[in-house]
Amino acid sequence: MADTDLIAMTAAQLAQAVAAGEVSAVEVTEAHLARITAVDTAVHAFLHVDTEGALAAARAVDARRAAGDRLGPLAGVPLAMKDVVVTQGLPTTAGSKILENWVPPYDATISRRIKDAGIVMLGKTNMDEFAMGSSTENSAYGPSSNPWDLDRVPGGSSGGSSAAVAAYEAPLAIGTDTGGSIRQPAAVTGIVGHKPTYGAVSRYGLIAFSSSLDQAGPLARTVLDAALLHEAIAGHDPCDSTSLDVPVAPAVAAAREGAAGDLAGLRVGVVKELQGEGYQAGVLAAFDAAVEKLRELGAEVVEVSCPNFTYALPAYYLIAPSECSSNLARFDSVRYGLRVGDDGANSLEDVMSLTREAGFGAEVKRRMMIGTYALSSGYYDAYYGQAQKVRTLIARDFTGAFERADVLVSPSSPFVAFAKGERVDDPMAMYVNDLCTLPASLAGTPAISVPCGLSEGLPVGLQIMAPTLADERCYRVAAAYEAAVETLVAPEVLSR
Amino acid sequence: MTATLSYADVISRYEPVIGLETHVELGTASKMFCGCATEFGAEPNTQTCPVCLGLPGALPVANEKAIESTIRIGLALNCSIATWCRFARKNYFYPDMPKNFQTSQYDEPLCVDGYLDVEVDGQTVRVGIERVHIEEDTGKNTHVGTSGRIHGADYSLVDYNRAGIPLVEIVTKPVPGTGALAPEVARAYVTELRDILRALGVSDVRMEQGSLRCDVNTSLNRPGEEWGTRTETKNVNSLRSVERAVRSEILRQAELLDAGERIHQETRHFSETTGDTRPGRSKEEATDYRYFPEPDLVPIAPDPAWVEALRAELPELPAARRARLRDELGVSAEDMVQMSNAGVVELVGETVEAGAPIGEARNWWLGYLAQKANERETDPADLAVTPAHVARLVELVADGSLTTALARQVVDGILETGADVDTVVAERGLQVVSDTGALEKAADDAIAANPDVAEKVRGGKLPAVGALVGAVMKATRGQADAAAVREILLRKLGAGQD
Amino acid sequence: MSDATSDASSGAVPGASSSTTDPAAGAGNARISRAEVAHLARLARLAVNEQELDLFAGQLDVILGAVARVGEVAAGEGAEDIPPTTHAVSMTNVYRADQVTPSLPRDAVLAGAPDVEDGKFRVPRILAEEA
Repeated sequence: MADTDLIAMTAAQLAQAVAAGEVSAVEVTEAHLARITAVDTAVHAFLHVDTEGALAAARAVDARRAAGDRLGPLAGVPLAMKDVVVTQGLPTTAGSKILENWVPPYDATISRRIKDAGIVMLGKTNMDEFAMGSSTENSAYGPSSNPWDLDRVPGGSSGGSSAAVAAYEAPLAIGTDTGGSIRQPAAVTGIVGHKPTYGAVSRYGLIAFSSSLDQAGPLARTVLDAALLHEAIAGHDPCDSTSLDVPVAPAVAAAREGAAGDLAGLRVGVVKELQGEGYQAGVLAAFDAAVEKLRELGAEVVEVSCPNFTYALPAYYLIAPSECSSNLARFDSVRYGLRVGDDGANSLEDVMSLTREAGFGAEVKRRMMIGTYALSSGYYDAYYGQAQKVRTLIARDFTGAFERADVLVSPSSPFVAFAKGERVDDPMAMYVNDLCTLPASLAGTPAISVPCGLSEGLPVGLQIMAPTLADERCYRVAAAYEAAVETLVAPEVLSR
Repeated sequence: MTATLSYADVISRYEPVIGLETHVELGTASKMFCGCATEFGAEPNTQTCPVCLGLPGALPVANEKAIESTIRIGLALNCSIATWCRFARKNYFYPDMPKNFQTSQYDEPLCVDGYLDVEVDGQTVRVGIERVHIEEDTGKNTHVGTSGRIHGADYSLVDYNRAGIPLVEIVTKPVPGTGALAPEVARAYVTELRDILRALGVSDVRMEQGSLRCDVNTSLNRPGEEWGTRTETKNVNSLRSVERAVRSEILRQAELLDAGERIHQETRHFSETTGDTRPGRSKEEATDYRYFPEPDLVPIAPDPAWVEALRAELPELPAARRARLRDELGVSAEDMVQMSNAGVVELVGETVEAGAPIGEARNWWLGYLAQKANERETDPADLAVTPAHVARLVELVADGSLTTALARQVVDGILETGADVDTVVAERGLQVVSDTGALEKAADDAIAANPDVAEKVRGGKLPAVGALVGAVMKATRGQADAAAVREILLRKLGAGQD
Repeated sequence: MSDATSDASSGAVPGASSSTTDPAAGAGNARISRAEVAHLARLARLAVNEQELDLFAGQLDVILGAVARVGEVAAGEGAEDIPPTTHAVSMTNVYRADQVTPSLPRDAVLAGAPDVEDGKFRVPRILAEEA
């Protein structure tokens, strides 16, 4: 099979071809490594490509197949790993200078599960530093580019992962989502991204940004592929106290069921508060068309109101910075990572402060200071405490809405991919990228972004939100929608 | 500072209020939030993992045994056990804290509102317990440089073996009204608490190894006035120091108040060598800890049935045990006071439980072991010799394997090496020489070497045989039974006792 | 209660009173001085320079002004009865058994450290006890 054919295949197809012996895992891996060599100078999706490790993993899959072992449903399929996930023996930087050259001595639970599943990890993808941002422009190692228009951002913070999948460098990628960092990059690069129910996927080995919100999830070009990866990484982990001890959501079955295209009897709630002024007209037009398509598929569309969603952004920008100010305190130049200013005269406190000043980018510093402020005695109740109450109100809004609808829908982002540099100097202008994705983050509910057409030639995402632990509904509805519309293919780099 | 005031004078004019914060390292096999071992004295940084090193991405999972131990401590201290509470992060930068926050509890402790009755000079003082909570210990810094202390050090080295060991903090309510007895009450409280912790089996409570650490709060006020500003004295690491720290802080504060000065709320450090307190970091600069609920852990909600089961299974506590020693074993009131003052009631009780007769147990702990503890300026309980060791020694003496002198040598061996009785006996070859041939020969040698003494004994001066017995004992390195040696010598010199 | 669009004075940024021309909109109490920023930077161990102090003072003021809107829920009816949410799915009593598991090899523990001596992490002199 030609390389171009291999990179165009879905993960499901690749796994099947490998299992059937039509192609070897090594050939699949080599094809994707070649694709990375060809396009990643332009896309800059990867911070580190692990050629040797990937080929070794592929050879192991081929050996197991040759030995007659039963292979997992994604064995031999390449994957791009967000660099916030700890990988033993493989550099892990979280997009930060402060972790440059750090090689972890252990594996995240999801890294281990991916390896155990025979999935071939190609390398680590670029991201906004410590997952703070919506464009990858906060990466210490330079931004990634959107395969639809290289002058535009691929979203963030999982922008390296979204760009890698959209540019056919990998059929699968892992992202993490704290306030929208899987869904927004998926939306603006025209791919599928799912944020699972909080606790469905282990956080052990995810470099923490905001512990009560962080959740890893799949990015892929099809809903079925995302579902396959979801099932590979989800499930209870005794190393994560907040991991849910429940059966893994039947994502794959739901995706297959959805692909039949019948949504009769399904109630779809359009969230009144997640549209309107401030949203780009083209985004709203694509969204309205998508809702119309769901209706055509048999769904009953209702409007629901979630008034407290308007507090999601202020609550999020208190909770996440507060938790990050504490989570990032460990980067202190003592046990690992950067050390600056150790000249024999400076005290440890000086060296810590100089290291952190030099090692963290502006956005990370900003958020740490906001969080430090919000947790200070005298401010805690007014800020962090209030923000936690807002979470309760948002969860109540969801509960109310889900009495009237089986899933809720909105645009995944108010905007299509914006030009590099356009928002980087205005923090608030950057923060509003998360507007649509924040409520599900704060409530811990699952939500998926699936491509829903173009606006000005750039992809728009449809967000489908489901109740806690009903991740399969996201997959089912997304698959039905996907089956009913044309597949988007990023034009810019595919020809290379 | 030099104490120019007399303690009696100060107490006649001021009323002290004390409070104690005690940290206890639990004796769990693994750490609070990870599976690393907790053994004391391991090679640096060999009992560490991603969790207790605070590596990026690592997450904590709470040790159930540590929660259980904390609840048991709370129950033994007559506390209410929370039905729902949480861990909190206490944020501050310090290199012995791998995450630069300590996972602790803040406004929702696991146990609250208890008390502990302690006896001082035959009078009972009730010490209120404010809270008992669970947290994690820090690593250990070594300061390298000419001073060997933090000030003036060139650099420091950090070992994280201790980081993450479960630590229980027990905080008393302020204790007013103890007057001149305040230092003794403080000491008696820590002693009683230590004995309770040992009875519960939750910690080895060794102050010299740091598994029991104490901070002492002290304030003074004139009679009828509001309580004064308190100082917090840290680094109080023996029972004796608890008493000394309170006394010296009372004198220091009185001197300042007499001079019309104000007491600053501050942290002070106790010096074991000088016996006084020195200023530490001022509270005014104290950092803002920015406590918030630990998002990586879920709330603790102990099942009331579990708590009741733990309550029902509490072991006999020291107060009850004391009563039993008195009532069942017939220890006299006088002996009780003596044992209590020496801090060995529990040790004697445990030695009896391990099989030794009460008399022997009492004699060891009030005799040779008290002497050894005194020489080392430590508490008998902190000696490497345990009640089990003593019971074994008593057993070996009783069956003739050891003499009392040899048993004391075994004690010395344990104190030097930390090994157990049988190991010391084996390694040092300490056993009664019962080889009669060897003893006969040693006796002949002693007589030959000391003809004058031998003559005196033959002449009827029996007590002179002592010198010959000494010579034989020396020749056998103390491993002979002195009575048997004496008998042999007297027989050889024709001066039998009958 | 305002909705997402009504307070987007700039028209481009719904949901948050973001415009730099109106920093205190919705909050009123978030005025943050340069000195406060310097204090926060010290608490967070960031050796920020003068330029950054100016930049961050302005930006934090805007951001804190915007996020202070969460205070409005306290003013709402029955606000005292709203319990805070710390986790999306409420769980209690997640524990591990007290069992020893292998630690990392010491070489691995120390491999990433900036400075090591005698099997320990070496750090510059520590100024004073923090707590």
